[in-house]
Amino acid sequence: MDTDQKKHLLRDMLFARRFEESCYEAYVERKIGGFLHLYPGQEACCFGVMSAARPGEDYVITGYRDHVHAIACGADPGEVMAELYGKANGSSGGFGGSMHIFDVKKHFMGGYAIVGGPFPLAAGMAMALKMKGQEAIAICFLGDAANNQGTFHETMNMASVWKLPVLFVCENNLYGIGTSIERSTAELDQYKRVAGYNIAAAMADGQDVVAVHDAATIAVDHVRNTRTPYFLELKTYRFRGHSMSDGGKYRSREEENEWKQRDPVRLLKDALVAEGALTEADYKAMDRELLKRIEDDIVPFAEQGPLPDVADVEAHVLSPDLRWARGEV
Amino acid sequence: MAELTLWEAIRRAHDEEMANDPLVIAMGEDVGLAGGTYKCTLGLFDKYGPERIIDTPISEGSFTGIAIGASFLGVRPIVEIMSVNFAWLAMDQLFNTAAKVRYMSGGQLEAPIVMRSPGGTAHQLGAQHSARMEKVFMGVAGLRVVTPSTPKQAYGLLKSAVRCNDPVFIYEHERMYGLKGEVPDGEFFHPLEGSEVMRSGSDVTLFGYNLSTHWNLEAAKALAALGVEAEVVDLYSLSPLDRAGIRDSVRRTHRAIIVDEAEAPVGVGAEVMAIINEECFFDLDAAPVRVTSLNVPVPYAANLEHVAIPNPSWVVDAAKTMLGIGG
Repeated sequence: MDTDQKKHLLRDMLFARRFEESCYEAYVERKIGGFLHLYPGQEACCFGVMSAARPGEDYVITGYRDHVHAIACGADPGEVMAELYGKANGSSGGFGGSMHIFDVKKHFMGGYAIVGGPFPLAAGMAMALKMKGQEAIAICFLGDAANNQGTFHETMNMASVWKLPVLFVCENNLYGIGTSIERSTAELDQYKRVAGYNIAAAMADGQDVVAVHDAATIAVDHVRNTRTPYFLELKTYRFRGHSMSDGGKYRSREEENEWKQRDPVRLLKDALVAEGALTEADYKAMDRELLKRIEDDIVPFAEQGPLPDVADVEAHVLSPDLRWARGEV
Repeated sequence: MAELTLWEAIRRAHDEEMANDPLVIAMGEDVGLAGGTYKCTLGLFDKYGPERIIDTPISEGSFTGIAIGASFLGVRPIVEIMSVNFAWLAMDQLFNTAAKVRYMSGGQLEAPIVMRSPGGTAHQLGAQHSARMEKVFMGVAGLRVVTPSTPKQAYGLLKSAVRCNDPVFIYEHERMYGLKGEVPDGEFFHPLEGSEVMRSGSDVTLFGYNLSTHWNLEAAKALAALGVEAEVVDLYSLSPLDRAGIRDSVRRTHRAIIVDEAEAPVGVGAEVMAIINEECFFDLDAAPVRVTSLNVPVPYAANLEHVAIPNPSWVVDAAKTMLGIGG
């Protein structure tokens, strides 16, 4: 990877970090409701994979920790923030919330809040791409705990039997809500679990964005060229709780501090400084610029956005095209 | 106008819709090479190939999810769940995603899948193969539920369900695939919403759907011999229910019996009664009643099954009691 691309990724990851921290603040100030699942610590997973894929062309789907994946596909961060605020200018018009960010025009096909639910949805999108003969692939980002759902096994089986062009990215952050992988899962290396389905698989360091990019390049090329599935496990860690209601009693401070030494943003920044491609001053200036964008543009866009019209509360339940319902054909 | 069995009508709808649009597919257990458990896709595997008539592994939850994901990108899947009892396994994907994705995406995405499945009781199939789950599907916003009582409805409802942009669940009755009836030779699309007056009458309305409509027609004949003219209304759309159709019939007859093969609690009967209360309470000459199965898992032994599941004589008895006819 060349230096410019690394700098670009640093900027994307730092922006995502600051964006999520801003969500945290808004939540604490009760400006946003519901459940909020934040991404700090895992940024290299999403941006490393998407840097090897075709954002806006490939179809991406994920779980409820979805803000950053949407942004990585090209969703407008202001619209994502406005969705958290429950505003009409939000990415789902205020109908979705934090766990249901959608930007279908950018091929970000949504955040879903039933663990393991997106596995078959991703395989289904891949089936459609296969039927239509399109070059795009489907990419499914989920956590390690999703692999303990039946949908994981059923979908791996069908994706393999039917040769579907889908990349499964497992962001293994070692915890399913508050239960560690050691306490819940018989095989700790998630990529080994798909061997029984004859799916190509690999593992990479999810804190090192360059390593993720390299592993994802192989994975994406495999899926795009062979039109068969691939499973990529990324070992990572979330720096915050599962959601904002997480008391954090299930992890030791030692463990958390150890992982924070491997902060993906700092690792890349330090590497660039060591290469002589970036100074600490450059980094600070970049950070200030990103924070200013969030404070001056993104948060005000959300705060000043209009509320959804209460007259629309029943909109979007069923299709407005009632020809088939009414027999007007 | 040709006479077709109900399964032949469903098969014809599949065939026409698949010929019309290369993105229409059918998927499910044994729908392809084996020709379908109830023959609803017979011969279509040879005609359209394994990529469009897809034999699935026994993984209802995830093949339903795959159908939904495919529908996001324009594919029009017709998913067959071999028995509605197995549809419990597909509920998460159908309810949490197909029914909600339009709403939670603010109208950006839709899941136009059709799920069809046979259910109901059928000659000693026992507790895990006799489910009547339509009430569960009816309770979910964002999902349409229809149920055919004739081959004509079965054909036309499936055609419309494939074209409609909403997810549609079609509840077919396991005992009715061999039922014969007239189906127009020309293509037609049955409205997904509404109800159908199958027999006009002035004394009492018998509300039912799929198999219970046939019980009601039989009961109406017996009641006619007693001088009672029963109106038989078929609720082929279970979600949404036809409020206007229910109201209009009660206004004509002033009495209502809702006949439902399912257990009573939280069922079609309760819902129809609520609509009558809300729409036309003061038109009633008698309190509406329900004829339903006993609230038990369906027993195996034939004599036990017989006393647990309604039949036309239960409907006749209910009407006689309501109208104060002795004997």
